[in-house]
Amino acid sequence: MQSILQSAGPQAAHIESLWWLTLAMCTAVFLAILVALGLALMRKRRGTAATPPDISFITKKERAAELAVVAGVGVSLLGLIVLTLASFVTDRALASLGAPDLQIDVTGHQWWWDARYDDQDKSKIFTVANEIHIPVGKPVLLRLRADDVIHSFWVPNLSGKKDMIPGRDATLTLQADKPGVYRGQCAEFCGAQHAKMALLFIADEKYEEWAAAQRKPAPQPANEQQKRGRDLFVDGRCAMCHAIQGTTANARHAPDLTHLMSRQMLAAGAVPNSIGHLAGWILDPSSIKPGSNMPPNPMEPDDLHALLAYLGTLK
Amino acid sequence: MRWALVLLLTLTACEREQRQYQLPAPQASFVKQGHVLTEHNAYAMSQGKTLFRWFNCSGCHSNGGGGMGPALMDDKWRYGNNPEDIYTSIMEGRPNGMPSFRGRINEDQAWQLVAYVRSMSGWAKKDAAPGRSDALYPGEPENMRDKRN
Repeated sequence: MQSILQSAGPQAAHIESLWWLTLAMCTAVFLAILVALGLALMRKRRGTAATPPDISFITKKERAAELAVVAGVGVSLLGLIVLTLASFVTDRALASLGAPDLQIDVTGHQWWWDARYDDQDKSKIFTVANEIHIPVGKPVLLRLRADDVIHSFWVPNLSGKKDMIPGRDATLTLQADKPGVYRGQCAEFCGAQHAKMALLFIADEKYEEWAAAQRKPAPQPANEQQKRGRDLFVDGRCAMCHAIQGTTANARHAPDLTHLMSRQMLAAGAVPNSIGHLAGWILDPSSIKPGSNMPPNPMEPDDLHALLAYLGTLK
Repeated sequence: MRWALVLLLTLTACEREQRQYQLPAPQASFVKQGHVLTEHNAYAMSQGKTLFRWFNCSGCHSNGGGGMGPALMDDKWRYGNNPEDIYTSIMEGRPNGMPSFRGRINEDQAWQLVAYVRSMSGWAKKDAAPGRSDALYPGEPENMRDKRN
């Protein structure tokens, strides 16, 4: 699923063709060298220990050998020039995708991704985590940042890699032509749970519908149990780091949970988003992601069920 | 002899770098235990420093220099600077403004904060206290501060 050889957009397609060209040329060079080596091995020895050394090259020019060296240097030079040009042309193509329709600020944290969808109309800005939907066939500008250490953004099916360095803004434009789910992964070692820092990029044909749903605040609890769950969330430990739009929980150090249930995965791609996994993640995150900044939250069964009932409404 | 020395040197670093992700369940003796786990541990203090920022301790204590709340990097302690005293200040709150964080943060997070707060006035081991901050900071880093009584 995560492969540069299945490009789903123009950026990845440019990189894929450069990859194939480089592979073809390197294979050709490798084969040519093997042939030359074979020829050298097959060449008979021209004498025994008793034969006097052949020093005829002092007086007689070796036309064939000279030609071989010149041709070899020429072909290598040509190959290098072709690769340099191809790389230059690819870089140029990557930088000229056209004006983006959408700007998303993606921030890398230990060990999750924060995505803030920018908009001219400030009331339309919204934040999601670890699952980024984009419209199909439209260029998207990503502004990449890091909160704590160096991370690297890479969704191989859609674009090249870009480092996220604390204190700096990096930009990346990409476009998805085919609808689908593309997995991305942090590509710069960033600590204990670097391996479990994945994100899903979803090229969504119903992007506008999705975005409209994400802009809504969380629904009000419908019954007593859900209400108790919300109170536990807002007055307890959860609200110290998480945010839910429409409640007083508004911290920004952990994923925004306003529409938690609309996501496929939990804990940055570590486990599927099901009630069971969610309960395990809340009670003892270190059994899923040791070292995660989410602390363990031992609680009474009734409280846990109330909290899960409330979180279950965040669709 | 040389190998014994090397072995001894590697042993001294163990406590500093140990990262205990799965902490024991809260129990009666936890007050002492939590302190033992975090007191000379670089990871705990660095987590404490992060949480100090996240939970907006600076809103009143201003990076330890004091503002609306008292300074944490000087030699004055209204309620004592024993780890247990600082733990109580955080978890139960104190008069005149310090809120209680019980139920809002975990015991182990509180102990990480305790270890970091002690490092602010030089009470932590220098080889384990946090070094330079990520953001601009005019004072000396925690591991350069001398102990203040």
